[in-house]
Amino acid sequence: MLTEILFYAFAAVLLGAAIGVIASRNPVHSVLFLVLCFFNSAVLWLLIEAEFLAIVLVLVYVGAVMVLFLFVVMMLDINIEKLREGFTRYAPLGALVAVIVVVEMYYVLWVKRLGMDVTGGTAPLPADYSNTAAIGEVLYTDYVYPFQLAAVVLLIAIVAAIALTMRRREGLRTQDVSRQVAVRRQDRVRLVKVEPEVEQ
Amino acid sequence: MDSLVAIWSGLPTDARSLILTTLAVVGVMLGVVMAVAFTTLAERKVIGYMQLRLGPNRISLFGLPILRGLAQPFADVIKLLFKEVLVPANADRKLFLLAPLIVLVPALAAWAVIPFSPEFVLADINAGLLFILALTSLGVYGVILAGWAANSKYAFLGAMRSAAQMVAYELAMGFAIVGVLMAAGSLNLGEIVRSQQGGALAWHWFWLFPLFVVYFISGVAETNRAPFDVAEGESEIVAGFHVEYSGAAFATLFALPEYANMILISALAAVMFLGGWLSPFEGYLPDAWFITQPSFFWLFLKIGGFIFIYLWIRATFPRYRYDQIMRLGWKVLIPVTLAWLAVEGVMVWFKVGPWAA
Repeated sequence: MLTEILFYAFAAVLLGAAIGVIASRNPVHSVLFLVLCFFNSAVLWLLIEAEFLAIVLVLVYVGAVMVLFLFVVMMLDINIEKLREGFTRYAPLGALVAVIVVVEMYYVLWVKRLGMDVTGGTAPLPADYSNTAAIGEVLYTDYVYPFQLAAVVLLIAIVAAIALTMRRREGLRTQDVSRQVAVRRQDRVRLVKVEPEVEQ
Repeated sequence: MDSLVAIWSGLPTDARSLILTTLAVVGVMLGVVMAVAFTTLAERKVIGYMQLRLGPNRISLFGLPILRGLAQPFADVIKLLFKEVLVPANADRKLFLLAPLIVLVPALAAWAVIPFSPEFVLADINAGLLFILALTSLGVYGVILAGWAANSKYAFLGAMRSAAQMVAYELAMGFAIVGVLMAAGSLNLGEIVRSQQGGALAWHWFWLFPLFVVYFISGVAETNRAPFDVAEGESEIVAGFHVEYSGAAFATLFALPEYANMILISALAAVMFLGGWLSPFEGYLPDAWFITQPSFFWLFLKIGGFIFIYLWIRATFPRYRYDQIMRLGWKVLIPVTLAWLAVEGVMVWFKVGPWAA
């Protein structure tokens, strides 16, 4: 009972925030609504006892990805009028996507009504059940090759992103820290013995 | 008294556990807030003595001459609370007032999973360390929003610096924590403490020394403390992200979370690397003595030590330049942690040290 109340409360906030993302006039507010969305979906995951995924969602998306997103949006000088111009043009496409999503959701509910258990049991797990250990076990045994493959793809993406944006410019002054640290006194300072001038 | 006991035992079990949990939460929060208050005093006193000054020495408790200076934090709080909260004319009013809360809430909520003693922890959850990492990564939103919503260039510059810095050092911190996970075999903070039983040399700092150092340095950087406090940088950007704040908003945005986070990082360093509530003399001295028993006393002592190091660093080192901070984070600390994780993997494989069993 309590779980249902919590679910509907957080789901309502999630939907409200999702509407906020597309409805708010200020892009920074939109990004913040998106953060709220992620946070609420994490709570929904907590409710189905997927603690590890929930916390990782907050850690990765809210803690890192959205920070950079916010960073970029704050610095951009976005012309909101221009963004709104295309609304009627893209409205049919948006409506089509919405219809597809509704049909898919209806299909899932319909299959469930037939009495087929597609999502697996949702019986409460024992208190000492560790989500993290379970995921780790599956990830590094059954799915070790897909997992490694995904890691390599990500690595390639990182390398590509750096290769695309990094260029060497001529005449750039940079510091070489190891050379700075390696400097000895003799390289920089010369001790000169000057005979004192004695006034005659 | 008897009637109170009767009322208590008459309550349903749920209500009783609710009341007890609420009391425990309030107790921990009060403890953290008081610790914050006296850390501000300790900071001024310690740095004062290091610079051959006396520090605050006027406001005494109950008029006792010997307690002079001890009531300074209360005087500061009262002063800050009675000051006017100014909102700049072109600020985004809602976000400007929301930002302090976004910094404050994660700083306090993270305390839920810290094990204070063998018996007492508010929420003994399996993924405790991940929970803390997730919560501490939220604090950066408050800082960015504070800087952006104020609609001031100085504040915005401070916010940008702080955001980039916190994202950079979170990685080094995360890798250091991965090393602890490998050693302890658990994400639960209580389990991590229990895996270090057996005196000071069995604690993780010994085998994970590079990670310990990296963790504390990135902890200092995460909390935007000197020498990494370019987010404030009063000599170039006045006071950074909180330049437009005043009164209670300033206190909740800047003072409380910053010190609460300092104490949190200290507590985590103590729990992960210095055996939390375990005694350093365990196994070296007779078991029956108080000083070999695990208790909150040891955790308190270790946290105090780390806080002192924080203040000592602040009194000693000049501020880093921004590009040097970035270089240290990305090019020094992260490679060090990666290298040590590889070394640790080899140690686990050959069952060296704590992995001998």
